[in-house]
Formats: sequence, C-alpha cells, structure tokens
Amino acid sequence: MTQLALVIDLNVCVGCHACVTSCKEWNTSGLSGPLSDFNAYGKDPTGTFFNRVQTFEVGVYPNTETVHFPKSCLHCEEPPCVPVCPTGASYKRAEDGIVLVDYDKCIGCKYCSWACPYGARELDENQKVMKKCTLCVDRIYDMNLPERERRPACVLSCPASARLFGDIHDPESEVSRAIREQGGFELMPEWGTKPANHYLPRRKMRLHLHEDELVRADNPLKKEEYMPKPDINEPTLDDVMPW
Amino acid sequence: MAPTYRADEPIPSEDRTGERKLDTTCYMCACRCGIRVTLKDGKVRYIEGNPDHPLNKGVICAKGASGIMKQYSPARLTKPLKRKAGAVRGEGKFEAISWEETFQILEERLGNIRATDPKQFALYTGRDQMQALTGLFAKQFGTPNYAAHGGFCSVNMAAGMVYTIGGSFWEFGGPDLDRAKLFVMIGTAEDHHSNPMKIALSQFKRNGGRFIAINPVRTGYAAIADEWVPIKPGTDGALFLALIHEILALGLYDRDFLVKYTNSAELVNMDEKSSEYGMFVRTEVPVEEGCFDPQNKLWWDREADRPVLSHAEGVDPFLMGEFALKDGTPVKPAFQLLKERVAEYTPEWAAGITGIPVETIRRLAHEMGVVARDQRIELPIAWTDAWGHEHQTMTGNPVSFHAMRGLAAHSNGFHTIRALSILMTVLGTIDRPGGFRHKAPFPRPIPPCPKTPSTPLAVKPNTPLDGMVLGWPADPDDLFVDDDGEPVRLDKAFSWEYPLAVHGLMHNAITNAWRGDPYKIDTLLIFMANMAWNSSMNTVNVRDMMADRDENGDYKIPFIVVADAFMSETVAFADLVLPDTTYLERHDVMSLLDRPISEFDGPVDSVRVPVLPPTGDCKPFQEVLIEIGSRLKLPAFVHADGRRKFRDYPDFIINYETEPGSGIGFLSGWRGNGGEKTLRGAPNPRQWEMYAANDCHYHYELPRSYQYMRNWNRGYLDWAQRHRLTRYAEPILIHLYSEVLQSFRLAAQGKGISRLPPQRLRKRVETFFDPLPFYYEPLESQRTDTAKYPLNAITQRPMAMYHSWDSQNAWLRQIHAHNYLYVNPKLAKGLGIDDGDWIWVESQWGKVRCMCRFSEAVEPGTVWTWNAIGKASGAWNLSPDANESQKGFLLNHLISEELPPEPVTGTRCSNSDPVTGQAAWFDVRVRIYKADAAEPEQTSPQFKPMTTPPGVRKRPKLWQALFGGSSEFDMSHTGERS
Repeated sequence: MTQLALVIDLNVCVGCHACVTSCKEWNTSGLSGPLSDFNAYGKDPTGTFFNRVQTFEVGVYPNTETVHFPKSCLHCEEPPCVPVCPTGASYKRAEDGIVLVDYDKCIGCKYCSWACPYGARELDENQKVMKKCTLCVDRIYDMNLPERERRPACVLSCPASARLFGDIHDPESEVSRAIREQGGFELMPEWGTKPANHYLPRRKMRLHLHEDELVRADNPLKKEEYMPKPDINEPTLDDVMPW
Repeated sequence: MAPTYRADEPIPSEDRTGERKLDTTCYMCACRCGIRVTLKDGKVRYIEGNPDHPLNKGVICAKGASGIMKQYSPARLTKPLKRKAGAVRGEGKFEAISWEETFQILEERLGNIRATDPKQFALYTGRDQMQALTGLFAKQFGTPNYAAHGGFCSVNMAAGMVYTIGGSFWEFGGPDLDRAKLFVMIGTAEDHHSNPMKIALSQFKRNGGRFIAINPVRTGYAAIADEWVPIKPGTDGALFLALIHEILALGLYDRDFLVKYTNSAELVNMDEKSSEYGMFVRTEVPVEEGCFDPQNKLWWDREADRPVLSHAEGVDPFLMGEFALKDGTPVKPAFQLLKERVAEYTPEWAAGITGIPVETIRRLAHEMGVVARDQRIELPIAWTDAWGHEHQTMTGNPVSFHAMRGLAAHSNGFHTIRALSILMTVLGTIDRPGGFRHKAPFPRPIPPCPKTPSTPLAVKPNTPLDGMVLGWPADPDDLFVDDDGEPVRLDKAFSWEYPLAVHGLMHNAITNAWRGDPYKIDTLLIFMANMAWNSSMNTVNVRDMMADRDENGDYKIPFIVVADAFMSETVAFADLVLPDTTYLERHDVMSLLDRPISEFDGPVDSVRVPVLPPTGDCKPFQEVLIEIGSRLKLPAFVHADGRRKFRDYPDFIINYETEPGSGIGFLSGWRGNGGEKTLRGAPNPRQWEMYAANDCHYHYELPRSYQYMRNWNRGYLDWAQRHRLTRYAEPILIHLYSEVLQSFRLAAQGKGISRLPPQRLRKRVETFFDPLPFYYEPLESQRTDTAKYPLNAITQRPMAMYHSWDSQNAWLRQIHAHNYLYVNPKLAKGLGIDDGDWIWVESQWGKVRCMCRFSEAVEPGTVWTWNAIGKASGAWNLSPDANESQKGFLLNHLISEELPPEPVTGTRCSNSDPVTGQAAWFDVRVRIYKADAAEPEQTSPQFKPMTTPPGVRKRPKLWQALFGGSSEFDMSHTGERS
C-alpha cells in the first residue's frame, strides 16, 4: 500500500519560506482554496497557511544552533484527527495515505485540531472549515500537467531541494532511502501516530588535520632563502695562507 | 464555496480551459530568476520557477511565489500625481493629472535646467538594474549628478575586489561550490544572490563540503553551517590579515600562482626620496600605458641573482627579500612588503580585536591552506596562458569564499575586502575550479577603463556629459574635481574626500542638496529608492530636509520627482509622482552593459516581457525616460534633425547602438538582421521574440578552455577582445600590491607627478590610500564614546524579504509584520531587560523604542534586527495601526549620514569609507536600556499617518481571499468578520 509523504532535510533547509508561500499561492486558487487572509493590510494580519516554517534556537552561546523547521500535516498512518471527526469529514485515503478534509461535511468543530499533537490543522476562520496540507493532491495526479510538475508545490519551489516527496512504503524510493541512510526521524513517535512525513537531521562535516600536514618538504618558503654569492674580490683564505 | 474532496469520489481535476503560460523574469528581488506565469482568462493563476532557466533551474523563493500579491497590492500607484496647490510637501496631498501634463511639466523644467546648468538636475535610482538606461539618460542630459544605490549597498565589495582581482562577487563572480571542498561565508551576504546560492549551498553540503560561517549573528545560511564563528562587527579585516599572516608563516600559499598571475614578485622602488617611491620599477616608461598593466616591471631572478624583466622565459623570481638595482635603488618584491605588513598581524593580535579565540584563527588558516594545497583539482582541460605557455590541465585549489554587505558596510570595508581578495589570492583560488570564478563581462583590467570627466568643463549647457557618469579612477588625474581639487558632483564622489566612489554616494545627495554644499540643485528625480525611509541614514532629519524651506518660503530642494510603483514613504515628499508598472507589466533588459545574469561558463543576459497590461495609468519608467529624452532632444534619442528616434522602449532596445554601426546594444543575443550574431551585430527587428521564445534569456557558453583563468587565458582574452567585451587582450595580473592606491598616497605626500589634494585632506588620503591592506577601527567608533555606547548594532534581512520592497505584500507581511531587537540574554539580564520588554536603543545620533527578543545566536557585544520591516504609519497603504508602524522599527534613525566633525578642523564628512564613499551602516555604536513602564507600548519615533493619494485603491475590509485566475479576489469571501 502506498503512503505518500514528505521527507524534509533539516541539514540544508535555510528557512527561506519558499515552501510557505508557493503552497499558499497554489492552493488558494486551487481545489482546496481559498486560503483566506484576515486583516491582510492591517493590524495583526493572519491567514490560512497549510505549511509554516518555525525557527528556534538550540543551545547556549556560542554553541548555538539556529534551526528552521518547516511543518505541515504529517499525513499520519494512524491519524488521531480522523476518528474524532463527528461527521466523517476528515478521512485518510486508502490508495495513497493522504489525509484530507471534505469541506462540505466539516462543521468547524475543531475536534481534529485538538486531537492533532502537531498543531498542523488550522481552521479557516472565514469559511469556518478545517484546512490543511493535501500534499497537493489536485496537482500530483493531474495528467494535464507535465510529469515534472506532478509534485507538491512546496517540493517544486524549494531552492535548497530540502523537500523530498515519495512513497515511504516503497523501500526503493528516494524518500525511503533517505530515511534509512540519513537517520530520518518521526516527530513525537511516542504518540503512536506514525507520521508519514519524516525529517532528516543536521549533519556536521569536520576537517581533521594532522600536524604533519603543516610541515612539508616542498614548503615554498624554502625557495625564498636568499644566499647571494660573495663578490669575487672579497677576502678569502687564499689571501693569507699558502699552506 | 470551492469544490471539495470526498472519500468516495475521485479527486476532481482543475478546469484548465483558458490557461496560458508565459515566461518572463522575476523582480521580487534583485536575483532575476526565470519565472513561468500561468494566466487564466487573463488573470494570474500562479507563478512558478522556470525549469529551463540557468539561474534558478525551476525553483522559486518566498517572494517570487508571492508576486501575485504584489500585482494586486492596494499600495499601487495608478495615476500621475501633482502636489496640490497650497499643500505642504510631506503632507502627501495630491491631485491626479494626465501624463501629457506630467510630461509638459518635466519638459519645461528640465529643458530650462539643461539649457542653463545641467548639473542642477540630479537623478538617483534605487536597485533598479536598468543603470545602462538611467546612466545613459543622465550622460545625455549632461549632468554629472547620477548614481544608483551601490554607494549605500556594497560598493566596497565591488571596488575592493575589482581593484585587486579584476572582478567581484554576485553578478560578476562568485564561489564555485560545485567543486569547492571548503566554503567560508563572512558577514551577511545572503541576498546577493539568493536562489542560486541556496541551490549551490545545499548541493555543496550534500556532496560532503565543509561550510564555515563567520558572522556576529547565526541566521540566514549560517544556520546550516558546519561551524559558526561569531565575530565582532567591523573586525573582519583583522581576521583576514591574521589568516594571511599564518598562511605566509607556514608556507601554505600557492607560490606558483603568486609568481605567474599576480604582481607579488614585481619589484617595488623603496627609495623614499624618489618621486616613484612605492611604485613598481619599470624597464621603460611607455608613452601611453592605456588601460592595462604593461609587462614592463622587474623580477629578481633566483638563479642568476639579478633583476630581469617580469615573466621572462624560464626565470623563477624571489617573492621575498630585499635587493638593490645597479644604480643603487633599493627594491623589494611586492610579496615581501605584504609579509612585512602582516608581520604584526598575528593571530594573538586578531583574537583581541575580533573576539575569535586564537586557536580558532590558526585552525581556520590551516584548514584553508591545507585544503587548497592537498585537495587540489586537476581538470583535463588544456589551455594556453597569456604568455603563450600551454597547460595540459586546469588546476583548482578548492577553497571558496562569499561575502557582501557584512564586510562592505563599514568605513574600513575597502581594506577589509582588499585583505579578503588577497587571502583568496595567496590560496591560489582566483578563477579556478572550486575557488572564485568570474562572470562575463568580468574580469576587467585593473582598474576598468571607463572614466568620469576630470574637470568641471565637461558639464556644459545643452551638451551631453563629456565622459562617463561613473568610472574607475586609476590615479589622481582621473578625479572629477575642479582646479582647487573640490568636487564637481553633488554627492562628492570621485573627489579627494571619496576618490574611488565608483558607485557614487546617493546617501549624501539629499543632505548636500539641502545644505547647498557643494552647491544647490533645482530638480531631484528619485526612482525606486525610498529616501524618506529605509534607503536613508538619519531618516528623521532627511525627511525634514526634503520638506525644508528657506527664509523666502521656497523649498531648499526646489523640485522633487518620485517614480515608483508603490505608495512608499518617499511619495509623500514628491512634487510630482510618476506611477511605475510592476514587473509583470513591462519590458526590461538585464544587459551586459549593466548587471547581467552571467554564469561562470559564459555571458547570459535576459529580458522581461509583459504578461499583463499596465494597471490604470501606470507607465514603465523606461518609457518615461525615452519620452523625456525625445522631448528634450537628447542626442541619443533623436535623429540629427531632431526627430524622435525610438517609438518606445522595446524599439529602443532593438535599435539603439552605443555608436552608429557599433553593433553593440543592450542585448547580446540574436543580433544581426536574422539573429545570427552574438554579442556584436546589427540590430535585429525580431530580437524580443527570439528572447521570448528562449525562456527570456540568452546564454553563450564559452568553450571549456576559456572558462577558467580568464585574467591570463590567451584564448579567453582574445575572444573577449574580438567580441568587444574589452579593448585590450593583455593579462590582468592580480594587484596584491596596489600601485593605484600608492599613486594617491604619493600625491598626498606631495611627491607624485599628478595633481595634489587640498591641504585639509592630505592626511586623510595619505592614511587611507595604503597600497597594502591595513586594519583600523571603524571611523565612527573612533569618534564615539564607546564607554557610553558599548554595543554594535547591525541589521540583516530575512529571506522572505531579501532585497525586496514588499512590506505591502499580504502574504510576506504575515511572515514578518514587525521586528525585534535581538539581544544576547547574558547582555540583557545584566541590564535588567527581559525577553519581550520594551526598550530604548540609543546612539549618539538618536534613539528608538522597540521590543527586545532574547537570542543565543548573537555575539554578546552586538544587537541586531531585521532591516526595513518597520514602516511609517499609513505608508504602503497599510492601515495606520499596522504592526509595521506600531511594533516595527527602523534602525536607520540611529545612524548618521555624516560623521561627527573632525575634532581639530571641524570639517564634516560622510559616514562612509574614506576610499570608496561606501555608507558605513554597520559602524553605529549604541546602548540599550529598559523603557519606563508608563511609556506607551509602541515604537518610537512615530510619524503622522500618511494619507492615500488619488488612484490608490481602498484596502480590503478584514477578510480577503484570493482566487487567482478568476476575478482578482473572490469578493464573496471578502467581508466583515462574523
């Protein structure tokens, strides 16, 4: 069974928010839209986004890490948001594991957002329905789009290509390999939600120098040793001693 | 209500009838990525990165993907505006007028100025990327008073590098991360440029490269660095000099590279009595050196132990030592002088200045030197050097660097950047695989050939300026000064105060015009620069100057014209407002004559083509310039008989040639009648179509053997000469030692053969025109009571706002609606300040009230904030109570455009680098303290809310929901909150 997911590489994510607005741009005018904005040009503007980047610091100066952490619906394999929905609006697709909301059935009761331990669901305060990441389900199967574009908007936009997309149940997929080989991890596994989206951790590259590497036979300084030949007429032993 | 997804039904397909995809070029920032705009029924549905574009390869950033909200922004100006009769400047009271009336006003006013004293007209532009046209207009008009924003952005980077290696970062070169093994980024540099850097950096990390970030703040790309090295602002030069010290001491430099490709081995005259002291010894003095380094210098032959002509066949010269010529003249190789210079710049010395531990400085030097030497790349590319030697491989030392404003925006930035360029040079990384690589039209000769006039006689009524509006002085005789050595330009660029101000000093133009020093002007035209806000230092006073009147009640700057697409703070100070279009509504070129988008492998230029019609009465600024140029009969824009030459801007781009029949125009691709020529060829009437059909760009890929070592690559130099990129095909030796700087110093010492600086500036020129880099504390710190103002205050830009002007953008402002001052908790707690507290930040110039945010990612002696998030109330058509004005703030209020007067002489000078005139934004010293509990929780200073001029639409009420591609906004979703 297929489980589509995003694998987000925190080692290269620079927190640029390209995924945030490209998602908004695609989805506000797509089948999941609109993504309303409140006070768009006024005080405390706030609107619906499917995807946000949170930035936080870890550690104490000077050993500080600044972490950019993009977060959207994790499309859990055991999504706690689905069973709590009183109307059946929240559902998980059998064919690809994407968790979706049927707006017509949604009554905006927010049970699902309370049940979600990740805070990934946001109520559209204008339309009063729950909205969330769809993995661009209206893109990825759209045969009118060229194949390259049949991927979520955030994945296409990401300048650091920090967002991988694919089937985590297929062990040969790019995403499965990345999880396996690069220490991919789940968010809060203790909740038993089995989030489909994974994150790849920061990895550090260090250079280890041996002191021998600083001393070399071909050191160019040797070429600068200036040893001028004395003038032919300068005194020598020949001037004083016949032996 | 939109369609929905149902558990028991297939996913519906979006209706794609009426869709069209058009390629153009982004302008949400200065990057210029290729974009693909999908229109539905003539409205923008979405904008994505163009996968076939060499710059961004399909990706797009947060700004680019929000372009749709710029297009439909309520801050847009849509009508030409004239200040209402009786209204006071700054009040923002306007009446809408027609373009014909607008042009008549301009034609009459500018015509009079041009016929009497052309320098009374000043044109200053922001980050417009159309300097080829704006500069041409200024030159044709005949005014010397023109500059773009480079002087307050990164001219130190341009000048420091171009005067050293013949190229510089960003448009003209950058780190080759594809092959680098070690990458060092110093200071804030992320927005130059952003998407290509993100693409390359992530690939570099995935390929196992090591990334070190040196920055007072860990944000931006530094966040993903393998190592963060915090440094005190303005001390980078000390670090580089110590790194050079260590590399030289251990012999970790690339000797072969230094000998062949730099002036390191050339002998410098050390006879202090000679008028040639500190200059290279020449075998003969040529009649005219032209704009290149003739190969007439000397080396000291190691084997024969005697002086020989440099680059003599089979000779290996000394890099170190001291020698005497036959006539007794003492000489030293330039490299020896560098060695002597850095002798005292030990890692221990630098540790005390930079705050970086001495062992870290040593290790950085070792890592750079060892990686450069031991991970050397040999690409199987045969090439021939400028001296005719054939090489079977292309060598690379894979250590690369990147830096920009973090280094540049200090008053010691020029020498800091010279030091960085020399560090890159001693590692042997210039235009080599894995190091720094040039982008066409660079490298240029050092210095490049264009020159401004050198006398006020070049400014004549009804006559184009006799020389370039901006240029690259090679010695004091190239300065643009009068017989007394005083400036000809309003901003005093190319004067003895800022001799190498190659991008001008826009940040002083208003102050100088207001004060009438060096003279008063009549009309100031500002394009796309927010001089009444974030583009000015000392913002409060600059606003007052723009509205200030003399004793007769006349404005001190008589007429201000503002061209912009949006209702910026500066618009309120205009007498005449010219509404510009957005980038989706116009033609544009990113020209090789300006700042193209070239790749390492060859020249690339590009265009914008309109995907939407102009909104309201908006007119592209290019069209405005061509219209005025034609009405004023500026020679480039009219036939000999005075008839208008160009129908419009697209027609101008096709048919304009730098001189009749030159075959050189704004675009390099598809020249010749049928588009068969490259770089040079007759005008092609179908050139726009050909660009449009090729993803809006033209990419000329050089043969592989021409892609590296271009300063000294015979094939490349000949190619560049044949295609008229350069006049000379001479090798461009790296100026490790700068004779250009020494020639100014000699003049200041009264020794040179050129003209001399005014007495009051001699000491200054002598001090700062040092042929080798040196470290000095930033000038403002030297004149500040640092016990009272102990902290450095700097800014960075958040990625969603890099290089952009998008505070009006509904989506981007949800990411950053206001800014905090970031403070290390250790510092804050000592001052009794808590996270989230309202605090005052105070410099010797002023104070700002803002909110404090704790951060462990900042060096404790530094505080910082995001730049240009704070706005004046009501500006950009944000509501007067918007976060930008109530919680957001601008650090500019704390920064002066001028330094405290000289203690002894009392003379004023710009708060700028004394070599280049680069605005020293990051030199300011501050203190912070808690605001009183009784004070309002609002940033200070506040300004009277800006009023909305005619033609600017109303802000939507509360809810807004965009349905791109249908109507602009689905009004059924726009209404009061229930």
